[in-house]
Amino acid sequence: MTSSSRNPILITASRLLAPFIQLFALYVIFHGHFGPGGGFQGGAMLAASILMLRLSVGAERSELKFRKSWGTPVGALGALIFAGTGLLTLLLGGRFLEYHFLPLPDLSRAELHSAGILLIEVGVSLAVMAVLVAIYDDIMEGTGGD
Amino acid sequence: MRKISLLALVLFGALLLYASSGLPGHGDPEGPSHRERSPAGSPVAAAHYIRHAEGDAASPNIVTVVLADYRGFDTLGETIVVLTAGLVCYLILRRSP
Repeated sequence: MTSSSRNPILITASRLLAPFIQLFALYVIFHGHFGPGGGFQGGAMLAASILMLRLSVGAERSELKFRKSWGTPVGALGALIFAGTGLLTLLLGGRFLEYHFLPLPDLSRAELHSAGILLIEVGVSLAVMAVLVAIYDDIMEGTGGD
Repeated sequence: MRKISLLALVLFGALLLYASSGLPGHGDPEGPSHRERSPAGSPVAAAHYIRHAEGDAASPNIVTVVLADYRGFDTLGETIVVLTAGLVCYLILRRSP
């Protein structure tokens, strides 16, 4: 399908909706401490916003938002943030993922745990978002189009 | 053969329905998973989580604290599973350049 045959209503609506979905996804990720939500859910919502653009405005133009080649590296980066947090606490004298050994100043033990949870939630959300988009891109690769 | 499998299915469904009548009610404070001690006499983890989650991690969402702090290693495994799924899709579906 070429971009000229696309429906302008779909393009306008999805371009309007995508930033709000992404904003709400960030809210879900960073508000996971206080309400329902967290990395998996927020990552799935980020992926949904990008896949919506992939489907409506086409792979070529939605690559401005998230490149096809980014999927696997960003997914690996997310897992690396998670594992790196654990290894950092390991290096600083604690056990794996023992967050109160994180090198953040002026925080109590409980607040350090809170910060550690936030770090790994960001890692999880990056991994989930990138992998979901990457799987879609891999499947569409074989069909020879967008 | 078809009738036998249908009969087995119905019987198994009836067995599951019968077994579910013995489960504790949803949110029942006297249920085995909500007591301090399990029926076998060992301490129940849920009681510890409910009591200590907010003090340990300064966040009122117990689910997040269990998922990312008490069982962070398990969540790391889940993330690796997701990443592995993505890598396998990449290896199988992408055409070599």
